[in-house]
Amino acid sequence: MASNREAHWEKTHSLMVLTLAIWFFFSMVIFMFGHEINGIKFLGYPLAYYMSAQGSLAAFVILIFWSSGKQNQIDEEHGFGESEE
Amino acid sequence: MFKGKFTDNLPKIYGTYTGGFLVFCLLMALLEKNGVSAKTIGILFLAFTILIYAIIGVLSRTMQVDAYYVAGREVPTVFNGMATAADWMSGASFVAMAGGIFYGGYVYMAFLVGWTGGYVLVSSLLAPYLRKFGCYTVPDFIGTRYGGNAARLCAVLVLVLASFTYVTAQINATGTIASRFLGIPFGVGVWVGLLSILLCSMLGGMRAVTWTQVAQYIVLIIAYLIPIFWISWKDGFGIFPHFQLGTEVQRIAALEAQYGLVKNSAAAIKAAGVPGGLSYISTPHSGVAPGAMNAWKYISLAICMMVGTASLPHILMRYFTTPSVKSARRSVAWSLFFIFLLYFSAPMLATLSKISLLDPNLKTGIIGKPIKEVMAIEWVKQWIAVKQAYIADFNKDGILQLNEWFMRGDVVVLATPEMAGLPYTISGLVAAGGMAAAMSTADGLILAIANALSHDVYYNMINPKADVAKRLIVARLLLVVIGALGAYIASMRLTGILGAVAWAFDFAMSGLFFPLVLGVWWKRANRAGAIAGMLIGLGVGTAYLVYVGPAFMAKTPILGVDHLRFGIPGALASLIAMVVVSLATKEPDAETQRMVDEVRVPSGKPILSKAH
Repeated sequence: MASNREAHWEKTHSLMVLTLAIWFFFSMVIFMFGHEINGIKFLGYPLAYYMSAQGSLAAFVILIFWSSGKQNQIDEEHGFGESEE
Repeated sequence: MFKGKFTDNLPKIYGTYTGGFLVFCLLMALLEKNGVSAKTIGILFLAFTILIYAIIGVLSRTMQVDAYYVAGREVPTVFNGMATAADWMSGASFVAMAGGIFYGGYVYMAFLVGWTGGYVLVSSLLAPYLRKFGCYTVPDFIGTRYGGNAARLCAVLVLVLASFTYVTAQINATGTIASRFLGIPFGVGVWVGLLSILLCSMLGGMRAVTWTQVAQYIVLIIAYLIPIFWISWKDGFGIFPHFQLGTEVQRIAALEAQYGLVKNSAAAIKAAGVPGGLSYISTPHSGVAPGAMNAWKYISLAICMMVGTASLPHILMRYFTTPSVKSARRSVAWSLFFIFLLYFSAPMLATLSKISLLDPNLKTGIIGKPIKEVMAIEWVKQWIAVKQAYIADFNKDGILQLNEWFMRGDVVVLATPEMAGLPYTISGLVAAGGMAAAMSTADGLILAIANALSHDVYYNMINPKADVAKRLIVARLLLVVIGALGAYIASMRLTGILGAVAWAFDFAMSGLFFPLVLGVWWKRANRAGAIAGMLIGLGVGTAYLVYVGPAFMAKTPILGVDHLRFGIPGALASLIAMVVVSLATKEPDAETQRMVDEVRVPSGKPILSKAH
């Protein structure tokens, strides 16, 4: 039981780290190079402008849906899934 | 008409409501066509929507503790997402954000990234675990995880400080809208706003606030999106503006280069008699300045808003209302989706508004035209009359230059429909949307404060033997008192001194972020550490605010960390204090460690019982 819990938490922990790494990329890394990437055009928008207006925002939405689905899988695998009420 | 459980009927109920609201909008358009005055339409829009919220509020009345504090934990995932989105998007998001982008361009858009990215932290670090815990309020978690009233009280202190900074701005916004569209003085408008806010929350607490917030979200998103799509279609910018304004963004950059972005000197602005609070365009719309300092300024603002989001109690408490841990996690995703719908539209609105004014080839354009001609335009006349817009002919050539056109940022959202020549019904709709946004956030904030005071201070510390009836009476009494205090301060128009909305985020992140996160993710965190983290974080953050704050000592910011970003030193101090003090004192007892283990597993009973 205890080891199952530990394994579950370990996986949860890794998922959290991965999620936050992607988050870090879209919220900070991109904007460290705002000036450099702004010359590139996406849909006609300068790239840094686009990421700030839509791109990163959409990435966050997708990221949370993805990671919550992934976490559910982890919970099910270890028998911690909740019965739907 | 509706059989079965209330929550099973929600899609039907809110579907009918949305349809009804659209029919109401059409009816207003019809009335306008038949010569009903603009003022009457504005009043009808506000009165009708507020009446609906009040009816929902009264129908959701309750005398049960868990219904009052956490809506009985039966709010379905998607609906909780909508309620959170309304809770989140304040009058500022609705009215001021597009205006901020209009003037600040890329630099201001750090707020967009900050106010959405924070939800990644909420979903992976906090929401599911706090839901598992089963707490009623955020201090409830701190008080139980770390044990003792001292920790609980510190959490209440941070909560009250952060939420109250935020709430006066919201009541202020309801007052502004009520006074402008109902034609009453601002001082009265504030109290009308408060009355409507309390009608939604007083009888049913969290349950009533939840169901009104869903209704408010529907109104505010319709009111925000319709004008954007309408203008884009009407002026031929594209069917789906979000994907088709690239050329307009480039065109704005070209026009900026052509007109030149001139900075006016403060003396020149003063000499020309420009009313206070108006801005002019002097920052590039999409251009990004080079250099590490500029990048750091953008990122540091985003960090403050993100970490602040994950520490704001009125947002976290929305995830206590879902039926399960899984649904709490999913609900964060839906919240961000609904928020995203408005936030990715705000830059488009700013772009449309800017190109309409700047481009001389469009008939809406005013820059580069003779001032005499511009002054004769109806909407320009109206906004100049109320001192929300101004023209100062600095170079005396009789032609309107880019740096000679002044307008209040808030006006961008409110006036864009008029600029583009849309019917007044749309302006009424926008007013109803702004009201919905301000009311829903104010409701959530006032409830967060009153619940912390009634549940954590009154019930847990002062009178643990109080029965349910007494607890709920105290909770409601506090709701009225907090609301009245907020309205009183708003009516004195002190908000300039009380500071920016951003401060609420900085206060919350300074005091609460690490005690909350480490409470789940670091077993070794103990009571002494948490108390040190909260007090030292809040203390250092506040001290730094006083040091750089323009209304206080106004010292030069260190490394560009100005008064909007004081959460950075605050949260850093909080982290260091918490780790050092926790390690220097005894580790938490076995029972607390078991509690943390239990929180990390989604299934099983919550830590705190259903009614506590």
